[in-house]
Amino acid sequence: MADSTKSRAEMTLGSTLESVDLVERTAEEWAQGTGFDEDTVSHISIAAREAAVNAVLHGNAYDTKKHITASFERTADSLIIRLTDEGAGLDPDKIPDPLAPENILRGSGRGIFLIRAFMDEVGIRQLHPGTELTLIKHRTPEQTGS
Amino acid sequence: MSMKVHTRQVDGVTILDLSGRITLGEGSITIRDAVRDVLAKGSSKILLNLGDVNYIDSSGIGELVSAFTTVKNSGGELKLLNLTKKVHDLLQITKLYTVFDVKDDEASAIAAFTK
Repeated sequence: MADSTKSRAEMTLGSTLESVDLVERTAEEWAQGTGFDEDTVSHISIAAREAAVNAVLHGNAYDTKKHITASFERTADSLIIRLTDEGAGLDPDKIPDPLAPENILRGSGRGIFLIRAFMDEVGIRQLHPGTELTLIKHRTPEQTGS
Repeated sequence: MSMKVHTRQVDGVTILDLSGRITLGEGSITIRDAVRDVLAKGSSKILLNLGDVNYIDSSGIGELVSAFTTVKNSGGELKLLNLTKKVHDLLQITKLYTVFDVKDDEASAIAAFTK
């Protein structure tokens, strides 16, 4: 369980659904430890899960020879979660808008949208090969204790 | 907790009581198989009771959408019952809340199916 002080942890995981579940649970613990309210904890947990799914499924395509990394960092004013994969790369300009009428009934394509909806800042960086997703949630003054 | 499905019939409507998590992998596949089973048995009025679904991700949402379109394309109807706050919020954010016919009372949900 993460404590409430500034801290950081990183894990390297296989390209499996178990890794996705672990990232989700760890993000939930860090969000709780940061002092976010219940709804925000849930949102951060879902966003982290979506980022992990993106890394494992769309990035590494379940390739057992490839890994993902997940890092969790609590700063004075934010919780920062980073996911990297070793895949072909994600072009943010080619992600379809899931709210567009032609996409609304698609069975997939909502992961990045949910990440952006639930986090305050989202960064997508090409690693050549791979992609790094950075998810940031800012702490309110009550949560930082200032 | 993995997802569980309990199936029952009320007035010609097949109610699938879902509980647990609808996420990439097991939960999504469970829904897909359950809906296919219902359609294969000749029933086309399906009510998904999500009252005990405590977690859903984008794959789970996609599976609900796929179930909706599969049933609709088969000439049937699929409605949602008893959304938890988490599921409700996700359907609102993804603009799917108005796509689905969402009910919060089982009797009125059953009555709303085409006779």
